[in-house]
Amino acid sequence: MLEIQELSGGYGDENIVQNVSFRVNKGQMLGILGPNGSGKSTLMKLISGALPFRSGFVKIDGKPITEFGAKELAKEMAVLPQLHAHAFSHTVRETVALGRYPHQSGWFSAWSDEDEFAVTEAMRLMNISHYEKTQIDQMSGGEQQRVFVAQALAQDAPVLLLDEPTNHLDINHQKELLDTIRKQAIDKGLTVISIFHDINLASMYCDELLLLDKGTIVRMGEPHEVVREQDIEMVYKTRISNHPHPELPKPQITLLPGVKRKVPTMLVRPQNFIVTSEFVIYDSPVPLKTVSSAVVNAGAGWFRTFMNRRVDSNYECDDSIQEMKDFIERKGFKPTDTVGMMTAVKTEDVIIKEYTGDFSSLTVAVTAGVGNAVDVSKALDRKEKVGTINTWIMVNGCLSDEAFIQAMITATEAKTKALHQERVMDPLTDTIATGTSTDSCLVAATQQGEYLPYAGPVTELGRLIGIGVFECTVEAIGNYRMAKKA
Amino acid sequence: MSKNTVAYIVSLLILGAAVLLGVTVGTVSISPVVLWNPASDSTAANILWNIRMPRVVLAGLVGAALATAGAAFQGLLKNPLADPYTLGVSSGASVGAVMTLFFGISIPFLGLYTLPVISMLFAILTMFAVIGFAKLVDRSMKMETVILTGIIFSSFLGSVISLMIALTGEELRQIIGWLLGSVSMRGWPYVQMALPFVLIGSFVLWLCRRELNAMLFGEERAKHLGVDVKKWKFIILISGSILTGAAVAVSGTIGFVGLVVPHMTRLLWGADHRHVLPLSFINGAALLIVCDLVSRTIISPTELPVGVITAFIGAPVFAFIFFQQRKGVA
Repeated sequence: MLEIQELSGGYGDENIVQNVSFRVNKGQMLGILGPNGSGKSTLMKLISGALPFRSGFVKIDGKPITEFGAKELAKEMAVLPQLHAHAFSHTVRETVALGRYPHQSGWFSAWSDEDEFAVTEAMRLMNISHYEKTQIDQMSGGEQQRVFVAQALAQDAPVLLLDEPTNHLDINHQKELLDTIRKQAIDKGLTVISIFHDINLASMYCDELLLLDKGTIVRMGEPHEVVREQDIEMVYKTRISNHPHPELPKPQITLLPGVKRKVPTMLVRPQNFIVTSEFVIYDSPVPLKTVSSAVVNAGAGWFRTFMNRRVDSNYECDDSIQEMKDFIERKGFKPTDTVGMMTAVKTEDVIIKEYTGDFSSLTVAVTAGVGNAVDVSKALDRKEKVGTINTWIMVNGCLSDEAFIQAMITATEAKTKALHQERVMDPLTDTIATGTSTDSCLVAATQQGEYLPYAGPVTELGRLIGIGVFECTVEAIGNYRMAKKA
Repeated sequence: MSKNTVAYIVSLLILGAAVLLGVTVGTVSISPVVLWNPASDSTAANILWNIRMPRVVLAGLVGAALATAGAAFQGLLKNPLADPYTLGVSSGASVGAVMTLFFGISIPFLGLYTLPVISMLFAILTMFAVIGFAKLVDRSMKMETVILTGIIFSSFLGSVISLMIALTGEELRQIIGWLLGSVSMRGWPYVQMALPFVLIGSFVLWLCRRELNAMLFGEERAKHLGVDVKKWKFIILISGSILTGAAVAVSGTIGFVGLVVPHMTRLLWGADHRHVLPLSFINGAALLIVCDLVSRTIISPTELPVGVITAFIGAPVFAFIFFQQRKGVA
């Protein structure tokens, strides 16, 4: 356990670090964040004893570090500094073996089995065993970094201080190294304090973060308490956007560039949609921000091409996503830049309409097949079949994240209302259907022009979506029924 | 057989050969048989044991001392160009030695050891002055800064020596011969004078081997590894200065041995001080014995000061290391 109380100190007369207090328990990892010159490295030097502090305490398990001798302290605390060039070269093994220095005593101090084990284990953990006899000055920066981390691990100290441990490493080795340190922290109950440049890595691996600015703590706590847009933007003086990690409950940030996106102004208009017997396609000159439940590229993203492809009603494929991607490629589009949907209805029966409001306009495109109509409220077991209502809403405007979700809800409600109006029945339950088994919805926006923060039913955007989706769906169902009769 | 065992065997064989050549080759050629059978040729045995052997042993001790001190200074300062000569420590020791010799100083209890002790004191003082000044100039103690400081001190101390010599008015040739470094005509008393200090100094430095290894990564890193940097730095500087002082007291200033030997040793056997120090000791001894042999045979019957030979080899090596280091940085 490491405890820091009201620590102040720096070079010369100036206090670079002022009144910093925190504690880190065994098995915990604390990440120190802060812009260049915020005092991160100075704080680290004060903690490690490389720089004497002016006031405060640094205690390891309750004992002030000033009461430790050099070797005693090294047994308790291992430090990984930033990499420096050196005049003479050691081999990897010699370098890692130096980590055992504090454990050796006496004039002739023999190399014990314990020393040998610690060194071999540290090299194995850092994946450098095969470099054992290589001279470190012949290695790349990333490899050297791993050698020095191994040296610190060989020291076998319960407290580990790391100054940007992922410096010079590629993403694979960044992950490997932090995984290892994280695992060591848990398995051996190490107390780890590490400086990070990369806010996302720090958020992912640390239990707690400390945001430092001008030598004082701006914020400290769990990652979600520290990685907040306001604080990070204030301290780093950089615009960022905060979003969740896809797998972990840890916030991540994305930089927002100072240079604005330069694209030609454009509008999505019905006349730019191409309808063939194979598909309905809209190919935009600039990428649109999109949220969808499509087959290919579902979820959120930026895409140029939007395809609603007709497939046979008996279409079956083990890997329909790959098949669809191949199809997109065959047609001369890029699968990475295309949102792809499937429908069993005739694509010529698509309804595409434009709705104009004060802000600008939006275009709704609907294909409807109601053969598999479902009343979702009855929740019966059924087989999934093709035959679906695909709804596209393309907005000429700049939508917030909320607006995207509200647009989806509004569109779904309008679709259900259309089914109700047309008295589309669920054949299994014999009640009015709410949709089909495989409906898809897509909301795309140019992200140009007016900023539209909301798309609920009382906003202008929401009203247009509601009426638009309702009208188009009713008409599309009409087309479908006509086609069935014929 | 490990690489290190090979290193020691090869080095010891070279030293043995150097000693053998050193005692047998010369204006009078002596059969090696005399070594173990002095009765076979008593004149030769006399030359061998009273003239050649002390000379060879002294050359060996001086070479070993300078090489070991050089290896330690280089490791401590992380500076491949550091050696007793380039750091100006040899000049400091010379001032002490010249003072003792030409003012006839004798400290009561020390007797014979007055000369080396005063030499060492001056070496230590110079060492701290050079390091202190270099640190004032440039806190990071860049390679060039330290060497330049060494040269400044060398020049200054050299002029002090010249002044002392001018004032004493002694015969110049002998003094200059001494200044350029020589191990000739010294005899067993000089061996006795240098031996204890060379052994103690080298042994203490060998005890610092692991600390030196750690300090190669910088003082801060060494501290984090648990090295009491202040203490060990002091011990290393004192021991290195003791070795230098002892060597200079008996042989004058012999340059570049402490530069060439550790460099070659590292190049061949690696930078680990556990081996660099003892191997430099052995190889330094061998090198100076060979250099001394060359110096007294190359333009026989005239003798060259051995310092001329070492400078002849050492200066180009210095230039080579400097070139390599600068290229490495660029």
